[in-house]
Amino acid sequence: MSAPLLETRGLSRSFGALQVARGIDFALAPGARHALIGPNGAGKTSFVNLLTGVLRPSAGQVLLGGEDVTRLSQAARARRGLARTFQINALFRGLTVVENVCLAIGERTGACDNLWRPAGAPAGRPVIDEALALLASLRLQDDALRQVHELPYGRQRLVEIAIALGQRPRVLLLDEPAAGVPSTESHIILEVIERLPADIAVLIIEHDMGLVFRFAREITVLVAGAVLVQGAPAEISADPRVRAVYLGEEAHG
Amino acid sequence: MAANSADAAAETAAAYLLRRHRWHWAEALPWLVAIGVFFAFPDYLALGTQILIWVLFTLSLDLVLGYAGVVTLGHAAFFGTGAYAAGLLSARLGWGEPISALAFGALCAAAVGFVSGWVLLRYRGLTLLMLTLATSIMLYELGNARADVTGGFDGLAGISLKPLLGAFDYDLYGRTTYAYALAVLFVLFLVARRIVWSPFGQAVIGIRENVRRMHALGSPVHRRLVTIYTVAAAMAGAAGALHAQTNAFVTLGALGFERSATVVVLLVLGGTGRLYGAFLGAPAYLLLEDLLAKRSPEYWEFGVGLALVLAVLFARRGLLGLLEDAGRALARRRP
Repeated sequence: MSAPLLETRGLSRSFGALQVARGIDFALAPGARHALIGPNGAGKTSFVNLLTGVLRPSAGQVLLGGEDVTRLSQAARARRGLARTFQINALFRGLTVVENVCLAIGERTGACDNLWRPAGAPAGRPVIDEALALLASLRLQDDALRQVHELPYGRQRLVEIAIALGQRPRVLLLDEPAAGVPSTESHIILEVIERLPADIAVLIIEHDMGLVFRFAREITVLVAGAVLVQGAPAEISADPRVRAVYLGEEAHG
Repeated sequence: MAANSADAAAETAAAYLLRRHRWHWAEALPWLVAIGVFFAFPDYLALGTQILIWVLFTLSLDLVLGYAGVVTLGHAAFFGTGAYAAGLLSARLGWGEPISALAFGALCAAAVGFVSGWVLLRYRGLTLLMLTLATSIMLYELGNARADVTGGFDGLAGISLKPLLGAFDYDLYGRTTYAYALAVLFVLFLVARRIVWSPFGQAVIGIRENVRRMHALGSPVHRRLVTIYTVAAAMAGAAGALHAQTNAFVTLGALGFERSATVVVLLVLGGTGRLYGAFLGAPAYLLLEDLLAKRSPEYWEFGVGLALVLAVLFARRGLLGLLEDAGRALARRRP
């Protein structure tokens, strides 16, 4: 087994009396297809926020490529190859689709440090070409020049992923990529995430169990901020504790 | 077939993105008007010069407020710093060469912008608004406290300039100062235009549109904001220096809250985040003010206020927005 790309050791965080993460040990290997599931309020999004640096842990460490990044800012972690998408769209709504992606590419390549050369021709051509190729791979090229807020929600979810891919991440965290997408369209999201480059380590947080079980090769179940169980999809679906958690939740509503 | 249409879409997008920073013919209009005024209205060049200075000051605010989305009520801090730096250089130290004094004013303002921006731009929203306001009030009081240097409320007099470029002396009609202000505005406009169409400029727009996502995709947000803030401060400082030089006098009003508020009004009136808002807002406001003040010296501010209310209600994207809509309507009518 190769060294993990992303790892947490004893990761904990509390807000007063509320513990959203309790000593989470977690590892993501290169090329992983890992899902994080758990009932509402289990601390899944808090965990993503701890991984990406939006939240600082009360205790424990986050390691990225073997390097301790616990004290590094979000942006510093992103520059080291950690990308995420947001459960609720976090897009540049007033800009066009291709500009959204250009920002990710420009910041990754350092192009955005330049305040004298045009973003257009000739200096900006590599960024623009890469952005358009990326949009084509997601079949978004026809919407390239449309403003994001004009797009239907499902296509906005694709832009959300496109920006993260523009970062050329080593680790990609997908926070409920299909959230808000009508079930008739969620297969489009699934197709995209199934075709993600094989070498990227992917962690997906998702409520849609159909999507989780088709995509993930490893599943972690989080309950009340702690890891309940982790294993292959078949083990998870057979685990009585997981069933109890989900049946309990479904009984509530 | 599908592949062809996909390629076509990509090509259209690429062509648009690659060329959009190029000059449009309409961009020549403000400059043609400014040059036209020089020849057509020789009696109004003093007012014209003040308008040009306000345009430059408003343009500098557009970089911060319009492009980066940083709402500030303390932008006069930089205008005033530039005005006093250039003014003191001449009035106290006898340095009369105008262009180097202007550069000195811009540099001092940039330094103030860099230091204050470094501290303030970690905050956003209302906190930031209050901090920019507090910074400019502190500078104002500093100018007041050191009246022995600045002249305090009596103002700083005794600013005198050597001929421009060693060749052009200043005439009674203000032809030289008008041309000087226009040249400075043009050069700094070119700089601003270059910056907003650069990848850096696009990143600054990204910060305005969604700062959270910019952090998440690895942008050094604070560094970007401090950079654009410093550039804008330098530009505001140049406007202030021009103000000191063309009036040969500086008062504390150059640093005052009223100026910080007025420049926001001019920008919003003209239109934010598109460079040319400054070229519409500042002249419209100042000409209206001039006209109404002559008609009704007592109540002219009521007229200005009314015009602003109408503009904000019916021209949400500023006067520039009205022009853009009119241009689009015309384009549609043509076959």
